[in-house]
Amino acid sequence: MSEPTAAGASLRNAAILTAFVLVFTTLMAVTYRATLPAIRASAEEEKLKLVGEVLPAARYDNALLSDWVDIAPRAELGLAAQDDPVRLYRARLAGAPAALVFEAVAPDGYSGRIRLILAVGADNRLIGVRVVSHKETPGLGDYIDPKKDRNKAAPWIRQFDATGFAEVAAADWKVKKDGGRFDARAGATISARAVTNATRRALQFAVEQRDRLYALPAQSGFGKDDQ
Amino acid sequence: MSTSGYKDIARNGIWKQNTSIVQLLGLCPLLAVSTGFVNGVSLAIATIFVMALASGVVASVRGFIPHEIRIPVFILIIASLVTVVDLAMNAWLHELYLVLGIFIPLIVVNCIVLARVEAFAAKNTPLVAAWDGAMMGVGMVVAIAVLGGLREFIGTGMLFSGIEMVIPGTRALQLLPEDYPGFLVTILPPGAFIVLGFMIAGRNWLDARAARRARLSAAAQAAA
Repeated sequence: MSEPTAAGASLRNAAILTAFVLVFTTLMAVTYRATLPAIRASAEEEKLKLVGEVLPAARYDNALLSDWVDIAPRAELGLAAQDDPVRLYRARLAGAPAALVFEAVAPDGYSGRIRLILAVGADNRLIGVRVVSHKETPGLGDYIDPKKDRNKAAPWIRQFDATGFAEVAAADWKVKKDGGRFDARAGATISARAVTNATRRALQFAVEQRDRLYALPAQSGFGKDDQ
Repeated sequence: MSTSGYKDIARNGIWKQNTSIVQLLGLCPLLAVSTGFVNGVSLAIATIFVMALASGVVASVRGFIPHEIRIPVFILIIASLVTVVDLAMNAWLHELYLVLGIFIPLIVVNCIVLARVEAFAAKNTPLVAAWDGAMMGVGMVVAIAVLGGLREFIGTGMLFSGIEMVIPGTRALQLLPEDYPGFLVTILPPGAFIVLGFMIAGRNWLDARAARRARLSAAAQAAA
């Protein structure tokens, strides 16, 4: 067998590489198709579980995940103009407004943004708040996440449960160190302050825009032109 | 291959050529994910799976891979298999995927996978190669279990936090009293380097002690 020319060897290797690419791309495509329904289902389930953290399933009976409004980024939700819109879900019980569930951001955490999910009831009280993601210092500021909070009986973030401006006036909706009403752990106030302030802003938004938010047609947008 | 061959491969992977504390390869996932026992071990188990699969597949097709283009082909095979594992975990082990999701794609660039494929799988039969890949992965499991366990224990006084996401119904162990203040630096990135340094020193000490004992007993036999 004679030594192949450079061009011949290149062509041969290119053909072999192409064959491998074809085989393994097929493998990936087949796996993708096979796993897609399961992945979609678990993403949906995960979303509902997250919503379930702040809003008990017994409090609504509509198809929550399809009754949404996309809210253009706005300062009340801690978002800057270049951020993506926030999806707000509207829970209804027997057709009547039950709760608004949406995400908000505390932009001023100790190390970056803290993402929150809130449920605001039709009575303008917070049903619950949870931290979705954060980068606060482990073991120090991360008690804002009830999974990391050492006080399992009464996690810090639960003091917002069932609270509205009727119970705590907006002017007092701060951590105690700032002259407000909410506790924070000594030595780790920044994380708690960020969450408390973000919660106040988000609740204010939900209370002020309540009627419009419930009235908008499902799967529409809000606040792109009217800030 | 004989049983002793398989045993040698296992001993190499787990102790003599341990990727994490002897070869010091693939440190990026080792250091990044070892903040706790459960995260670390879960990622290492995914790595075992990818390494065994990649080594087995490469060894089976090694006859078709021209030497000149072997590296692109290896990378293609590894990247495809990681994608398959990533998708399969997302679909069927979703809870675990939420914890490890961002680290799974990193297995592609874990150089121990390519290193074993290039150094071993490309020259051996599929079964032996898969065994070698798996044992190298087991070596990583052992190292990351010790590293993650130590960091978690010293840092928080707990062990196995997050296990409920892998095995529902179980819960983390609180080994030190509830008011243990924690030792934050071991959880932060520098702690990973410090603890790994102690582990390497400890392993070297064990090896040196074994060598000294072997020398002493050989000398005693010679004298007798």
